[in-house]
Amino acid sequence: MTAVLLTVFAPLAGALVLALLRSSYWAGWLNVAVAGLSLTASAWLARSVALDGEIAGLSFRVDAFNVYLVVLTAFVGLTTSIFSRPYMAHVRETQRTGAGGLRVYHAMYQAFMFTMLLALTTDNLGVLWVAVEGATLSTVLLVSLYRTPEAVEAAWKYFILCGVGIALALFGTVLTYFAALHVLDDPEAGLTWSVLYGHASDLEPAVMGIAFVFLLVGYGTKIGLVPMHQWLPDAHSEGPTPMSAVLSGLLLNVALYAVIRFKMLTDGSLAATTTPQLAGYMLMAFGMLSFLVAGLFLHRQRDVKRMFSYSSIEHMGLMTFAFGLGGPLATFGALLHMLVHSLTKSAIFVTVGHATHIAGTQDIDHIRGLIRTQPAVGWSLLIAVAAIAGFPPFGVFTSEFLLLTATMDAQPWFTIALLSGLAVAFAGLFRNLQPMVFGAAPEGQGPVTANMLPVMTHLALVLWLGLAIPPFLARWLDRATELIAGGHLL
Amino acid sequence: MTLAELPLLQQLLLVLAALVLFTSFVLLEQARLVSAIHAFAWQGALIAAITVIVATGGGAKHLYFSALLTFMLKVLLIPWMLHRQVQRLDLERHTQALRRPALVIMAAVALVVFSYWLALPMVAQELTFTRNIVAVSLAIVLIGLLMMVFRPQAVLQVLGFMSMENGLFLAAVSTTQGMPLLVELGVAFDVLVAMVLFGVFFLQIRDSIESLDVDRLNRLTETVENER
Repeated sequence: MTAVLLTVFAPLAGALVLALLRSSYWAGWLNVAVAGLSLTASAWLARSVALDGEIAGLSFRVDAFNVYLVVLTAFVGLTTSIFSRPYMAHVRETQRTGAGGLRVYHAMYQAFMFTMLLALTTDNLGVLWVAVEGATLSTVLLVSLYRTPEAVEAAWKYFILCGVGIALALFGTVLTYFAALHVLDDPEAGLTWSVLYGHASDLEPAVMGIAFVFLLVGYGTKIGLVPMHQWLPDAHSEGPTPMSAVLSGLLLNVALYAVIRFKMLTDGSLAATTTPQLAGYMLMAFGMLSFLVAGLFLHRQRDVKRMFSYSSIEHMGLMTFAFGLGGPLATFGALLHMLVHSLTKSAIFVTVGHATHIAGTQDIDHIRGLIRTQPAVGWSLLIAVAAIAGFPPFGVFTSEFLLLTATMDAQPWFTIALLSGLAVAFAGLFRNLQPMVFGAAPEGQGPVTANMLPVMTHLALVLWLGLAIPPFLARWLDRATELIAGGHLL
Repeated sequence: MTLAELPLLQQLLLVLAALVLFTSFVLLEQARLVSAIHAFAWQGALIAAITVIVATGGGAKHLYFSALLTFMLKVLLIPWMLHRQVQRLDLERHTQALRRPALVIMAAVALVVFSYWLALPMVAQELTFTRNIVAVSLAIVLIGLLMMVFRPQAVLQVLGFMSMENGLFLAAVSTTQGMPLLVELGVAFDVLVAMVLFGVFFLQIRDSIESLDVDRLNRLTETVENER
């Protein structure tokens, strides 16, 4: 229990201290230290969960499904904070923001980590909602940090769209509670997920069906599902790059996690009706649409961060589709894909952050010859994009292969759509990537100080996951699969 | 069971819920910013009244507390903050008529009908009363959404957002006697923080486009990207 509390509340304490700390130099280091503390605690937590099964108490509940997301969140939080220290110092030097801006940045970074970890570990669906809304609130000021008209516009759009989306999710939560009250004696337990899951088959199917629609649209806005994705490319491209890395790598995952928790309840409730697969079909439809549309949009992007945010939408669509498909194989693949996508995508955003500093612009047409100018950045970008596009031997290939196999098994016709979608996305990424990394460097373009350690670590992990998933991780994922899909894979 | 056979307390609740829906329409159509803020405050007051009635009608005791919370937040604090923002931004006399009022009002009416249709399967027989309130609160949420779409003015959009929040609160209070206290406090906290941030954004938006007509925030679209 101590491990849970330490993992979740260390960032909150960090946020409070960082809000008061004046020196931006020390704030950068403290940010790293707090993230490191949170990661250490989460590793301890993972160890206890591995030994004792699940940990519950004080309306927290950590089981196989969320523990790996907690570790992933804390890990990406740490590596991104390592990257953000010199990056934000550079931003400060180039006068894009002042000392006050940096203070807001560091405090909000940890506040965001707190909301993510709280959303993952809580057992209370209401607190889950509060935490996800809190994630919007803590990041919205960061999107507008540079105060350009574009940044303010992106932040407003993000605020309003996610605010509306999340309001619909709250309506879904109220309906779930309404259904729960007809079944449970204790109203206080009516939003406790583990209690509800125990009574899932008694929940009124008509209410749960409607509730799930609201929840999917609501949390789906945060996942970035088409057509509610409008905020995502804007917020990712206009905010500071470390923010894009954690938004893409973590926030989208957490929103998807929320949807899956509710899907487990809805499936239980609808099991005895004529449409037991309703929730799954909805996920499949939204997921496939996002996957295909985002793949096409990759082709017409001119802003490099925008392009990669569409790639995030594409991958979130793929995972949503896979969770909708259900069954142990697809679920295992989707869980693995969540992991490798987060690692790869945050590595990409970190590299892109360096690349934009080298070129002095985010415009794809003006980023040229990265490999000539700074081989470490150029090659990292090339390798990371190869990984995200699904090349073997990286982990994304493994998970996509599993997903394709599962689709072939369950819904063969969708395989065609998946394969062509992957090809379209691949083409979209590489036609833009190729001139950026190869090609002649413009006159006067010089290397920047870049700490490539986070990128290397992420890519090495993704490579490792592609070659051989370590047994303890496979067991975790398998237990999570059993929890979600009701059957083992291994 | 017809409506007239319901206990008096429930009839009173239905009347109040209908009034809340009415304030939603008022809010949607209001041209003057200051009047819109007042309409929003009235909506909050009605919802606080509903909460008190549900609490006296044998609901959970913590509902008195949430009624107080609603009253402080939705009737006093948020309208006051908005008022101050409007004063500071010099928008007190600002009016902005709804474009195509007939169409928008028709759309709002359609949303009310849709909400009733959606709430239809949700009822176990005894819940005529609940169905009405669920439908009304869903209608308020959707009208808030409509308002955010059709009123391209930052303050009015915030009012739409907050009235969605009101609709959600109404749903929670009247169907489930309020959410657990912990959740309610969390939601109230989020709303308050959101309001503070909205205030920050009013200033940022005005600095960037010199007005609060968010229609002019149109630099980020897929099509004009090449011109940037």
